[in-house]
Amino acid sequence: MNADLHLWLIPLLPFVGFLLNGILGRGLPKWFITTIALVAPLASFCVVLNASLGIFGFLPASNSLPYTETCPLPWINIPALQIDFSFVLDQLSIVMLLVITGVGFLIHVYSVGYMADDEGYARYFSYLNLFLFFMTVLVLAGNALVMFVGWEGVGLASYLLIGFWFQKKSAADAGKKAFIVNRIGDFGFLIGMFLLIANFGTLTFSELGARLNAHSEWQGGVLTIIALCLMLGAAGKSAQLPLYIWLPDAMEGPTPVSALIHAATMVTAGVYMVARTHVLFDHSPVALSVVATVGAATAIFAATIALVQNDIKRVLAYSTISQLGYMFLGCGVAAYSAAIFHLMTHAFFKALLFLAAGAVIHSLGGEQDLRKMGGLRKKLPITFAVTTVGVLAIAGIPPFAGFFSKDAILYAAFLQGTNGKILYSVGLLTAFLTAFYMFRLWYLTFMGESRSENVHPHESPWSMRGTLLILAVLSVCGGWIGMEHFGNFLAPSVGTMPTEAGNWRLEFILSIVAVAVALEGWMIADKFYRRKLTKPAQYAAALPGTYNLLANKYFVDEFYGAVVVKPLLGVSKFALEWVVDIGILGGAAWLLGGIASFTGAILQRWQSGNLRSYAAWLAAGAAAVLLFLLVPWATVLANLPAIHLGMAGH
Amino acid sequence: MNSFFAQEVPLSWYLLLSAVLFSLGVVGFLIKRNLITVFMSIELMLNAVNLSFVTFAHQWHAVKGQIFVFFVMMVAAAEAAVGLAIIIAVFRARATLAVDRIDRMKL
Repeated sequence: MNADLHLWLIPLLPFVGFLLNGILGRGLPKWFITTIALVAPLASFCVVLNASLGIFGFLPASNSLPYTETCPLPWINIPALQIDFSFVLDQLSIVMLLVITGVGFLIHVYSVGYMADDEGYARYFSYLNLFLFFMTVLVLAGNALVMFVGWEGVGLASYLLIGFWFQKKSAADAGKKAFIVNRIGDFGFLIGMFLLIANFGTLTFSELGARLNAHSEWQGGVLTIIALCLMLGAAGKSAQLPLYIWLPDAMEGPTPVSALIHAATMVTAGVYMVARTHVLFDHSPVALSVVATVGAATAIFAATIALVQNDIKRVLAYSTISQLGYMFLGCGVAAYSAAIFHLMTHAFFKALLFLAAGAVIHSLGGEQDLRKMGGLRKKLPITFAVTTVGVLAIAGIPPFAGFFSKDAILYAAFLQGTNGKILYSVGLLTAFLTAFYMFRLWYLTFMGESRSENVHPHESPWSMRGTLLILAVLSVCGGWIGMEHFGNFLAPSVGTMPTEAGNWRLEFILSIVAVAVALEGWMIADKFYRRKLTKPAQYAAALPGTYNLLANKYFVDEFYGAVVVKPLLGVSKFALEWVVDIGILGGAAWLLGGIASFTGAILQRWQSGNLRSYAAWLAAGAAAVLLFLLVPWATVLANLPAIHLGMAGH
Repeated sequence: MNSFFAQEVPLSWYLLLSAVLFSLGVVGFLIKRNLITVFMSIELMLNAVNLSFVTFAHQWHAVKGQIFVFFVMMVAAAEAAVGLAIIIAVFRARATLAVDRIDRMKL
């Protein structure tokens, strides 16, 4: 007998917060807005906690997973297809929900301090709550269509928040870019769903899993196509090659938004989706290797760009793309639980790093350029400490959280035969680059002499510092649960990890190698950036081609601009603006208007105001009526041919 | 001689006279420039019509035509009063009675 967990409350509470702040926000006092904005996610977190404590065995509830809640009314009910509005709680969604509502709540608290002086305070929090609503719908979804609702919804919230300072053109453009690039991914998701309906007649994940597990002989073919379509969707949402271009621009939004949406939660939706539909991928080795290759390629590609970026948030953005690449690499070697493990630890330390970066930016009055920072170690001791934790975690130094999850992914990749070795090497190289650019950021921000014009940087308010400390603790301890326990916990949802039983020696050696590589990255960063900053410039001058390529992000934006955007704009300009808009629509309007004004120009002559012309028309009219009445027209017309013929006869 | 005066005037003469008077009225209305003359031309047209009314009433021994003439005269009197008042107002406003120059349809 399942106790009622009231899953529907989880998305509904933030939605109520969104409605209250969104509709009434302007007229409400600030403390009231803050209360609504914070209580909604906190209450939602408590519902999740209540549900999961029962599952973890702390509370005497006896729910068996997966636990499903379905709206009694079917959503779509046609022959051969029924789609319900259903929520499913299983191990995978518990992990995701805890991260989303937990980290989400912390970032709400942080925002109270960060956005305190912003005019759009209520609007900001209503969007943030709206995001939590859609994100929890996405994660709880029991079928692909409900997931798609959340999927589109988080895209909307992301758009609204990237363009939050819409008076700035770059911010508004970045929002549009994110939305449009995501459309390409959504196209893949939709096609994947249509193919699922056509081939299986269902979108429900559990039903799909049962059908596929019962037929292990179904391999490849249409399953590959479906899996690749879904992967396209995931690549759009999770900023993978070739659709990653929107994420760096998304940094135009407020920094807490970058932390919540563009680092910790929304961008991991693609990883979650692949893990959720992992049965499909398991039946298609081709799709799996595509996922792994895309992940590995993205990881190293973004890491190389991050090496030379000077905007602190952009470094973190490219690092996010790179870490998401790791997660896809994990999915691609069927180590879904390792990917989700890395997703979780990444949510902790990347949210921490973004929020710490936000604190730095806040204290320097909006300065984001690493070249103008430096020496903040003594001025911002708490921010310095937590950033150090975050950097150590992302670099993969034990015992911080990132070490465990990254190690699990690399180990799983290593076990995948020859291809796996290549993926492993790419992953290892990325780990080296990651350590290098993160310590570069660390040195440039906190070490050395101050290069800032702002002489009085100040520590942030308590709401921000407290959040940073909690996240720092999570970034330290988040990995201590260990891959083995975590994998066992997730196994019912996403299957077991590929392991070689008892080969702890190999695992140990690989960890040593990974740590050594990370430390090597740190050492090199130390040499480059600790004291004088002449070395980087020397290397940049020695390798001008490479440096330019990296500093300009491989010219991908320019390439897309020339190949996709320009032709599209040209066609729109010619076919749509000139031919359709100006030619057909404008022409029709001009024609109608022209007829009316031409007729008017003629008719207005009658309204001359001249008495005698009126009288003349009156007399002429009367004469015409008389003529009409007096002349026997019937006779005249009847005789007309005769007259004509008579004349011809003469 | 006696017989000439004793003879009744033929119907067509009355109608002809009426038509001539009406045409004179129309022409006067169209070509005269002074508003008062135009006004008089209207009276001329009205009376031309009155004449044909009376003529037909006599011809068909129908008293209705003659009664109608009284109505016309009554309306004409009222119209003369209103019309002359308008003319005075126009003259005061514009200091002219030339119809070509009062074509603005407002004072």
